Amino acid sequence: MDLKPNDASVEKWDNVIGEDAGVFSFNIKEIWRYRDLMGMFVKKDIITYYKQTILGPIWFVLQPVLTTLMFVVVFGNIAKISTNGIPPVLFYLSSLTLWNYFADTFNLTSKTFIDNAPIFGKVYFPRMVLPISKLISGLIKFLVQFALFLIVWVYFIATRDSIHPNMYILYFPLIIIMVAAISLGMGIIVTSLTTKYRDLTFLVTFGIQLLMYATPVIYPISIASPRKQFWLWLNPLTSLFELFKYGFLGNGVVSYGWLLYTVVFSLVLLVFGFIIFGKVEKKFIDTV
Amino acid sequence: MSVVIQAEHISKLYRLGQVGTGTLSHDLNRWFAKIAGKEDPFAKIGSINDRSVKTTDEYAWALRDINFQVNQGDVVGVIGSNGAGKSTLLKLLSRVTTPTEGKIKIRGRIASLLEVGTGFHPELTGRENVYMNGAILGMTKQEIKRKFDDIVEFAGIAKYIDTPVKRYSSGMYVRLAFAVAAYLESEILILDEVLAVGDAEFQKKCLGKMGDVAHNEGRTVLFVSHNLYAVSEICNTGLLLVNGQVSYSGPIKNTIDRYLKADNHSGEIVKTHKKGILWNGILNRVDMEDLKPNEDILFKLSFTSQNLDLQNVMIDFNLHNENNINVTHSRSKWIDNKFAVKPNTDFEVTYTLNSPKLAPGRYFLTVWIYHGENVLLHIDNIAACTINANNYFGSSLFLDEVQSCVVPSFTISKVDC
Repeated sequence: MDLKPNDASVEKWDNVIGEDAGVFSFNIKEIWRYRDLMGMFVKKDIITYYKQTILGPIWFVLQPVLTTLMFVVVFGNIAKISTNGIPPVLFYLSSLTLWNYFADTFNLTSKTFIDNAPIFGKVYFPRMVLPISKLISGLIKFLVQFALFLIVWVYFIATRDSIHPNMYILYFPLIIIMVAAISLGMGIIVTSLTTKYRDLTFLVTFGIQLLMYATPVIYPISIASPRKQFWLWLNPLTSLFELFKYGFLGNGVVSYGWLLYTVVFSLVLLVFGFIIFGKVEKKFIDTV
Repeated sequence: MSVVIQAEHISKLYRLGQVGTGTLSHDLNRWFAKIAGKEDPFAKIGSINDRSVKTTDEYAWALRDINFQVNQGDVVGVIGSNGAGKSTLLKLLSRVTTPTEGKIKIRGRIASLLEVGTGFHPELTGRENVYMNGAILGMTKQEIKRKFDDIVEFAGIAKYIDTPVKRYSSGMYVRLAFAVAAYLESEILILDEVLAVGDAEFQKKCLGKMGDVAHNEGRTVLFVSHNLYAVSEICNTGLLLVNGQVSYSGPIKNTIDRYLKADNHSGEIVKTHKKGILWNGILNRVDMEDLKPNEDILFKLSFTSQNLDLQNVMIDFNLHNENNINVTHSRSKWIDNKFAVKPNTDFEVTYTLNSPKLAPGRYFLTVWIYHGENVLLHIDNIAACTINANNYFGSSLFLDEVQSCVVPSFTISKVDC
């Protein structure tokens, strides 16, 4: 071992710590190498969710069922908000299934750095593995809840005439990808900022609640006045929720213009998120 | 031999005090400096890393301009007193954080063990946690599967492998955690003080395993520990850090010698009297490094009195080992030894322990000087002496074999009846 670096050695290095990787330091190959770890995180999320509970995985579906019943009573029976002729149970369940996916993923990814600081402080792996694994475990939870929705949906199709599924149902994969992109993008931006400015953690819980009312979850967008509708469309989630409800229930407003806006919006959000996340992940352990 | 780690001028700047206040204005300042093409305005004011000196600066260099190379197969012991920057250096090497300046070039896969059981989840079973922890440390599922039986056998907890780890005793938990790490496959292994876990038997097993890793498998290891015995057993080269700078690097024996000589021996002053006594240190410190177990130990302590003119001053001593266990306690009152202190004079107190037969290791002295109820001076943790592990009963002892504070010479005889 020598003190002086040997300048003559112009050899190849596997890794250089401290080198500026540029603005966009997102390394997809490295994340792929850690795919087993990602799988372990997903498994941990799912298993620990219901360990030592009596009902076990049933909790995955019980939660949206109870919320739906509460919405039916509060918004349907007491506030009497219109659901455009769709049975309230089906209407609320459809929006809640999609909304829960967004809210859970956003909520969990926005805590990436703070919740995992003890691990991040001790060992290196690509930090992006964690938010992506949250996205995947959220997706699994969503698929379970979506299966519940499908059962209720089929039941209502068989018993009522007011539901008209159509070809727009094929947009389903795009809707899921877009919701995932928006929640991941927002989540990693928020978690990057909270490492320094802790105030944002308070805003997230509160913000998710507010955002739910600014998204057509408990109401169809058609009941808002045209001027208010414009403001609602600015929310990139609006067109996705309306498209989802139009495809499955035959009731909703589909606007290709606003859909394009959502796609562009979520891509910009995601790229911006990756840039800021990549900048913060290298040094955050000093400030967290 | 090929170089596997090359550190070039690495420095690390840390913010002192409350992180989070005023960061927005500092961030804006930095940003302005950056677009104006100037240097970071806060990087200049940092002082060197000496935690005993109080500073008004808001930033300090935990590491400053570190350069070194590690060759393939080297087992490097990183030593230095608390706060010298050892852990910061390991953090940089294991990519937990990035250096403020400089670069570290690495060849090969690096696995770091700054803590045992990183990512263990209490609700998961031992088996699930082995996979989880292995994956966090960079192993693939296939690798873990291949080594799973070895890991469980090494930990010695096969019976409990399908029980959630929250039901484990802390010893079992640590055993399992270390076992995963022991079977890591990486060209470079970084270890931080992880030996300080488990019972004596398991510590010995870990030490043996680490020796295997280092010597038989030809891997490169960086090892940080305060256990100088373990360092000298395992490592072949050393890196001595003092106040965030490399003070020496070379063969491990020389590094440890330098460390012991440069170490801060003067102790921590716990209490002083306003018209008190100043502490100057142990005069014969250098002779105290390599004591034989059977010889008398004699400390020459130097003091200076200030505005004091007292009769019947008394002095008490405690000697404790590295595990903070008192091995001797001596009070001048027991031997009715009182002395007078004259104002503004230097004086020397000699404390002699007659053949104490202490177990090998480092010892620290605590001194109280008092007059009646008044404590005039109380100093703690004075690095006092080191008893060599050699020459016990004509052979050398292993530190972890000795489970007592004293090792009197003994005989064993057996008679058939």
